[in-house]
Amino acid sequence: MSTISRWFSKRDDAAIAAAEQASLRSDRFRLEREGDWRRLEAIVARIEAGSVRGISDDDLVALPALYRTLVSSLSVARDTTLDAATLAYLEGLAQRAWFVVYGPEVGFFGWLRRFFGGGWSAAVRSLGADILTTLAIMIAGTVIGWLLVASNSDWFYAFMPAEPGDPRVPGASHAALYGSLFGKTGKTGLSVFAAYLMSHNASVSIMCFALGFAFGLPTILLVIQNTVQLGAILWLYHGQGLTLDVIGWLSVHGTTELFALMLSGACGIHIGRAMAFPGQRTILEAASQAGRRTATVMTGVVLMLIVAGLLEGFARQLIDATAPRLMVGGFMLAWWLFYFFAFGRRGAVR
Amino acid sequence: MARWKRPPRKRQSSKERRGRVILTAEGLRLPLTLASRGSRVGALLIDLTLAFMTVLLTGVTLVYVARGLGMDHVKQTSPGVRHMFEALQVLWIIALFVVPNAWFLWFELGARGATPGKRLLGIRIAARPARDGSATRLTAEAVIARNLLRNMELFMPALFIGSAISVGADSTLAGWTALVWFGIFALFPFLNRDALRGGDVIAGTWVVEVPRRKLGAAMSLGQSAQGVSQVTGAHYRFSQAELAIYGEYELQVLERVLRDASKSQPKALQDVAQAICTKIGWSSGAGDERAFLEAYYTQLRARLETGMRLGTRKADKHDG
Repeated sequence: MSTISRWFSKRDDAAIAAAEQASLRSDRFRLEREGDWRRLEAIVARIEAGSVRGISDDDLVALPALYRTLVSSLSVARDTTLDAATLAYLEGLAQRAWFVVYGPEVGFFGWLRRFFGGGWSAAVRSLGADILTTLAIMIAGTVIGWLLVASNSDWFYAFMPAEPGDPRVPGASHAALYGSLFGKTGKTGLSVFAAYLMSHNASVSIMCFALGFAFGLPTILLVIQNTVQLGAILWLYHGQGLTLDVIGWLSVHGTTELFALMLSGACGIHIGRAMAFPGQRTILEAASQAGRRTATVMTGVVLMLIVAGLLEGFARQLIDATAPRLMVGGFMLAWWLFYFFAFGRRGAVR
Repeated sequence: MARWKRPPRKRQSSKERRGRVILTAEGLRLPLTLASRGSRVGALLIDLTLAFMTVLLTGVTLVYVARGLGMDHVKQTSPGVRHMFEALQVLWIIALFVVPNAWFLWFELGARGATPGKRLLGIRIAARPARDGSATRLTAEAVIARNLLRNMELFMPALFIGSAISVGADSTLAGWTALVWFGIFALFPFLNRDALRGGDVIAGTWVVEVPRRKLGAAMSLGQSAQGVSQVTGAHYRFSQAELAIYGEYELQVLERVLRDASKSQPKALQDVAQAICTKIGWSSGAGDERAFLEAYYTQLRARLETGMRLGTRKADKHDG
């Protein structure tokens, strides 16, 4: 029996009897409410242990009321009792109960539903300016890569460290380059390749995001470094008249992967910008707002890179012609553009 | 005239320095204690060890399965087995990526807001309060953000320091610059008051201690609290003048001594009883300290709490 249940039923005789034995008024106050505190403590401990299912409905319904009773007990106790141990217990319990009562608003599946049902798209749209900035940087990086390699082909080795057996070097023949784009349908080990690409690219994009913390500058460098390689590759294949073929080869996964790179770069720049120019907010406030907003986008980026890894590992090797490759790449691009910029505009969930 | 000299600052204990107050929606001022940097490093080491063991265990299991399927000589076996082998390789790559990245995320998203390492050391993550001190909720986004930065803070500096050591004295200026640059991120928690690491800054979180206090017994129950000794049957009654000597600070010291269950308690009881007797001019006997102190504690607390209700408080013996 407890104070709350006593509102509706007879008074708890045992607690009252115990309380009457106490000679101090503050101890009587405590003894009358102790049952509620212990009940709350038991519920909180259960929830902390992760077993919400093991809690009875009565207890779950009573939790908010028990928490408020505790809060009021603590306020009264602070003004009336000098029992340090009891005060410390109440403060500790209030803190633990606060975390439980004001815990995460939604569970994992609720969060997923919100994420796919418009949360992700809305977060991407909120980065509009940063996405455009990153896109500009990426285009500039590609052009720079192309121009540098065109002016002096030694640059190629600086961007793409030569690996033994890689036919993709300046001066390679048309046949060698063509061979690197087509005729790999019989290859095994595709899934391993896909998994490797996924984990590598995800690590790069996470780094791209994290480096935003250093005011975004390393993020920009990382984006440039990746797109300069793209420019160099394009130049190489252009020299042998394979421009469209290489674009097709890249676009299968590239539209998804480069989109993901663009988003992670935008996230990094967004954080860097918020920290460098916080405006009316404190730097800490600005940084944490930017961080929470971009975290949603970054979760999506990792998912996109899983898709890109699958496309790169399987689809690109299995589709052995330029036109269908371009179609797959184009379709993916259209899908992402639709999902981010047209989907969930009206009923956007936060 | 040494007027410009600042008065000596009261030295705070480490625990006091880490104390913060948040204001809940109910208007309650809730004290928190930030986790010490030492316990955070400890928790991190435990987590890294556990995550490493998980990866290792996965690897050993995969190798065991591969052996069991007779994959020692992949080239000579059938395509079916080769596909299985490929699947195992994929699982391995995924485990290498997922375990270190998801370990912290998964556990911190739970109701305890703590990884196993943090749980062991009694700390958890929480959202930093808003500028006016009002408490805010921990969100999934915040947990994701704080863990995405771990790569940059932990693995990159480790990589750079590793490469700096392997290159030795020949490392370039660029190498050293990078080392310092990443060193700043790695040492970030030591450079601010709230021990925030980069991830905490980005996510708006901090790490706090989880209180684990049991409710102690009520002190004013039973005969001895009424002033009647169980041992000798003596009645202890103190006059208001005898109680007026001490304040709240001394009351709490006395409470600690009475609640203390360690071996040193009898000695402490004797010392405190002796001190009080000297102060109030009683001649102290031996053997009945506990009853004496419980009686004194209860009566002093009654007096101070009455004063409290009337709005007069006495902080310690020097006060008022």
